[in-house]
Amino acid sequence: MDKKLEDIVWEKVQLARNSKRPTARRLINYLFSEFTEMHGDRLFSDDRSVLTGIGFLEGVPVTVIAQEKGTNTREKIEHNFGMPNPEGYRKALRAMRQAEKFRRPIIFIIDTPGAYPGIGAEERGQASAIAENLAAMAGLKVPMIAIVLGEGGSGGALAIGVADETWMFENAIYAILSPEGFASILYKDVFLAKYAASVMKLTAEDLLAYGVIDMIIPEAEGGLHLNAEYSFSFLKAKLTEKVKELKSANVEELLAKRYKKFRNMGAYEERP
Amino acid sequence: MNNFFDDRKAKLEIYQKNYRRKKEEVEKLTIPDGIFIKCPHCGDMVVRDDYERNFRVCPKCQYHERLNPRERIKITCDSFEELYAELRSVNPLDFPGYPEKLESYRTETGEEEAAVAGIGMIGGFKVAVAVLNSFFMMGSMGSVVGEKITRLAERALKERIPLLIFSASGGARMQEGIFSLMQMAKTAAAIRKYSDAGLLYISVLTNPTTGGVLASFAFLGDIIIAEPGALIGFAGKRVIQQTIKQDLPPNFQSAEFQLEKGFVDMVVCRAKMRDTILKLLRLHEVEKWTRN
Repeated sequence: MDKKLEDIVWEKVQLARNSKRPTARRLINYLFSEFTEMHGDRLFSDDRSVLTGIGFLEGVPVTVIAQEKGTNTREKIEHNFGMPNPEGYRKALRAMRQAEKFRRPIIFIIDTPGAYPGIGAEERGQASAIAENLAAMAGLKVPMIAIVLGEGGSGGALAIGVADETWMFENAIYAILSPEGFASILYKDVFLAKYAASVMKLTAEDLLAYGVIDMIIPEAEGGLHLNAEYSFSFLKAKLTEKVKELKSANVEELLAKRYKKFRNMGAYEERP
Repeated sequence: MNNFFDDRKAKLEIYQKNYRRKKEEVEKLTIPDGIFIKCPHCGDMVVRDDYERNFRVCPKCQYHERLNPRERIKITCDSFEELYAELRSVNPLDFPGYPEKLESYRTETGEEEAAVAGIGMIGGFKVAVAVLNSFFMMGSMGSVVGEKITRLAERALKERIPLLIFSASGGARMQEGIFSLMQMAKTAAAIRKYSDAGLLYISVLTNPTTGGVLASFAFLGDIIIAEPGALIGFAGKRVIQQTIKQDLPPNFQSAEFQLEKGFVDMVVCRAKMRDTILKLLRLHEVEKWTRN
């Protein structure tokens, strides 16, 4: 029984990381017309693990902020395997502020193993960049929808994920840490990642049950890479509908609802 | 004859009395426990009274020993009323061994969770104060820590009083998984709301402040103060080393490193911490915007 669960969850982890799984770029090309990419954080550099730009979603201009892993070795290195440095989060923040100025809804596409753990990242304030984004998103006066495409790894994912709606592909994962990191911290053994994944509750089903995400985007049998069109068309229809709905909502109400949504997250009891 | 024995007995008693007293005195001198203490950092013997009077800072190497929340509150606040002590952790993921782990830390520390929150008086100012407890599961942030910080920020907003948080945390509470991650969003949102009302939040980073705590409320202070030598960083040193396969520079992720890189306003030694906080409260004319 346990063994079976371990295998089922691990299969999802592997599907989420499958090298043939469509990355953000492909999803962007499917969802948005005339997507125009914008570069740089205006502070340090242009972090290629985060793509920012503007496109039309069925005629409605939206800001797109996405984590891109790259599809082949050359691209993966260029995009740092989807692991942003602080400038990636600041680039995202710049795009968010601009979206707010021009009242464009924001679509986030999350696909990262986590924020990059490096010397430069620490020197340039990885934690500060993430914290600033969390605080900014809490008060951003435009509708935001976050989509977890593959991996949603830790604060590195959340830093573009404090949205009004969070949706997740069926075989995507979203967790406090990668199963490897988790196993390494808790069991001091990275080879227990498979076991860790089974107790972390990182699947879309688990997170929907916990109310952390709002919808699961179904995938074809065998995973997204076998039939992306099936999932993408479903997503596009839902997204168009939701953007229209949120765009017409009162901003104050939107912010209050967003605050309440995250305010209520947590599990505890009260007793004397 | 009797006199002889009585005499001898009396002498023996006097001798034993003196001897015993001497022995006790000698013992006292050879046990350094009461008077001296070994600095956990430099290993030097320092006079315990000096060490305690110096707020557990080694007078020789300036090493700041970790304090628990009660000790921190005692050296910071003139009075303190604890809030939200009734919050208890549960096991939302049914994580194997988590309830037992919580229980063992409860026994070990005498605390229910890794944060103490409440309202304190500091030099005549009413301040909302929270202190994280690095002795309780490394001060990791689960639902209860997140909830206490959030409630305190909301209370401080309602009363329009300053918010002061001493962080000491290894980061997220792994055993609470995604719930722990969401505390980052929750606390950041609460701080944002508080901040939008034009109120003052002073964040003090003590040893260690890392991971999800640093990447949420700890780094969102209007003023960010660090204690000397504190470990302050996002990713663990081991993880970084494994990723980049290089040695880390000296001083990496220290309070002084963060000051140099521009991420903290000041590094303040413990002996001057209270005065510094008081000065900041006066500089912000806190008395003018407090609703009391």
